[in-house]
Amino acid sequence: MFPNKYVIWSWTRNSLLHVFLLTVMVSCLFPIFWMIRSSLMTNQTIFVEHALIPKDLNWSNYIVAWTKGNFAVYFINSMVYTVSVVFGIVVVASLAAFAFSRLRFPGRDVLFYMFLAAMMIPLPGSFVPLFVMMNKLHLVNTRLGYILCMINVGLSLSIFILKTFFDKMPSDLEDAARIDGCSRLQIWWHVALPLAKPAIAVVVIYNALNVWNEYILATLLLNDKDLMPLQRGLMVFNGAYQVDYPVLMAGLTMTALPIIIVYLIMQKHIVKGLSSGAVIG
Amino acid sequence: MPVMADTRDFSKGPLDAFKNSLFVVPAVLIFSVFYIYPFFNLLWLSFHQWQGIGPMIWVGFQNFQGIAGDKVWWASMGHAAYITLIALTFQNALAFALALACDREIRMKRFYCMVFFIPPVLSEVVVGILWNWVLNAGQQNGQNIGLLNYFLVQTGLPNLVHNWLSDPKTALTCIAVVHSWKGFGWGFIMLLAGLQTIDKQYYEAAKVDGAGSWSSFKNVTIPMMLPVIMVVVILTILGSMQVFVLILSLVNQGLVYHTEVPVTRILGSMFTTNQFGYACAQAVIFGAILVVVSFGMKKLSNSIKQA
Repeated sequence: MFPNKYVIWSWTRNSLLHVFLLTVMVSCLFPIFWMIRSSLMTNQTIFVEHALIPKDLNWSNYIVAWTKGNFAVYFINSMVYTVSVVFGIVVVASLAAFAFSRLRFPGRDVLFYMFLAAMMIPLPGSFVPLFVMMNKLHLVNTRLGYILCMINVGLSLSIFILKTFFDKMPSDLEDAARIDGCSRLQIWWHVALPLAKPAIAVVVIYNALNVWNEYILATLLLNDKDLMPLQRGLMVFNGAYQVDYPVLMAGLTMTALPIIIVYLIMQKHIVKGLSSGAVIG
Repeated sequence: MPVMADTRDFSKGPLDAFKNSLFVVPAVLIFSVFYIYPFFNLLWLSFHQWQGIGPMIWVGFQNFQGIAGDKVWWASMGHAAYITLIALTFQNALAFALALACDREIRMKRFYCMVFFIPPVLSEVVVGILWNWVLNAGQQNGQNIGLLNYFLVQTGLPNLVHNWLSDPKTALTCIAVVHSWKGFGWGFIMLLAGLQTIDKQYYEAAKVDGAGSWSSFKNVTIPMMLPVIMVVVILTILGSMQVFVLILSLVNQGLVYHTEVPVTRILGSMFTTNQFGYACAQAVIFGAILVVVSFGMKKLSNSIKQA
């Protein structure tokens, strides 16, 4: 029995599709694999050895990057900025989104449209007046200044995501809580926030990625090496260790790997968060 | 625009309204200080000559006149437009092809989707430094440091060894390709999500009417996907025109004329020549162009929809 024409055709088509998809996949993964591989080699072996997986795994590059390359400081700074900014955004944005969705006060809709407009109008170069203002307020080279700026960066989209979610949520539970004598703040804390967990997860992941990967404001606002986050530190490091590829790649891996791992674990939320920016379009 | 949810709570009088409004105070405060004030200050500064310190001199439209004749500025705009053009064609075509390939019963679909989205979650600094090594033209002990050049020598194509990032002819294309590498997965996810919302009945109906795969692609897929495609196009334009961190980390030579883009020009006006007023005027012009382009695209997509 020969397989009929249709089977052959569909088999060929599927194989071709897989070849295409696999090629692109390898092009995505290979640079990242090469980065990790090279971070485990030494300056002597890196241009000599050709095996995909090096014979001797050399972890000392990570120690050099962590101590001499100042990565211990950068890494902790990035953690501090990410956690504080995300925490700030969740509190501020969920309070505002709750009010925009559930509470009534004059000017409410105008204010909400203002946030929406900010999200849709591109503002390249807004860092110029921002830098001028931060200088005047003496917030340059302070953690607080950078954190506040970054809270503002993620605020509009987060308010939008949360408000859309609150709008769709039935208000039965809130009514019950109100009848039981809960105040607004108690309803926000005990009812609205727990119910909004899926939306909050999207907001957290989206903003955490954003802060971890942020470069331009960190460059403008933080000149003190002790205050720099990873991305900024990486550029300083890149200048100092340019010929020392194994150490440089160890630095890159330390910056990139946490994000890749978080992405692999929280894949659904990230995809949702990144594409929800487009819902407005 | 979502319909405002019915408000049935805490709305008896002015005191309630006041208490309600307290919820948005932190957000509005942060937004006013870090967005609205800088926004108006940007407009205000663009009419001044100012060195960052010292007196501000009102110069009217002089900065804008200066920009109109600033050849480097318009060249930088051209560079960004070139990167955007490659992103729009090459990157989006790749994203669309991949989305079409994954929008069918095919093995390892979830795995492909997972991998394609890894480059978009990496930072521009990481991507730039990583690809700088690939495209590097330096040599050590007579051996190519850059992986691409090394690969070309090993495969017997030493004639193609090239100074990829320093040669003005190839630098921008390299930037555009790396930018596309970082960005295509994101377009892929959006387009795939769009494809999956198309009701399979339409395809069956087209088949019954005797449509082949090309005809059903042209008459079902494309029209149904138009809104999503337009969103991807607009976001690609906005993202690619404003690219610059990738350039700083990829080219790694400071600001060089042939890889200047508008944002690096604005930074240059600010820190290299201390012309804060001029930098603001550049930002205003660039922002205005982006707004006009993105709203133009939106208008265009609406008119196609109605036609």
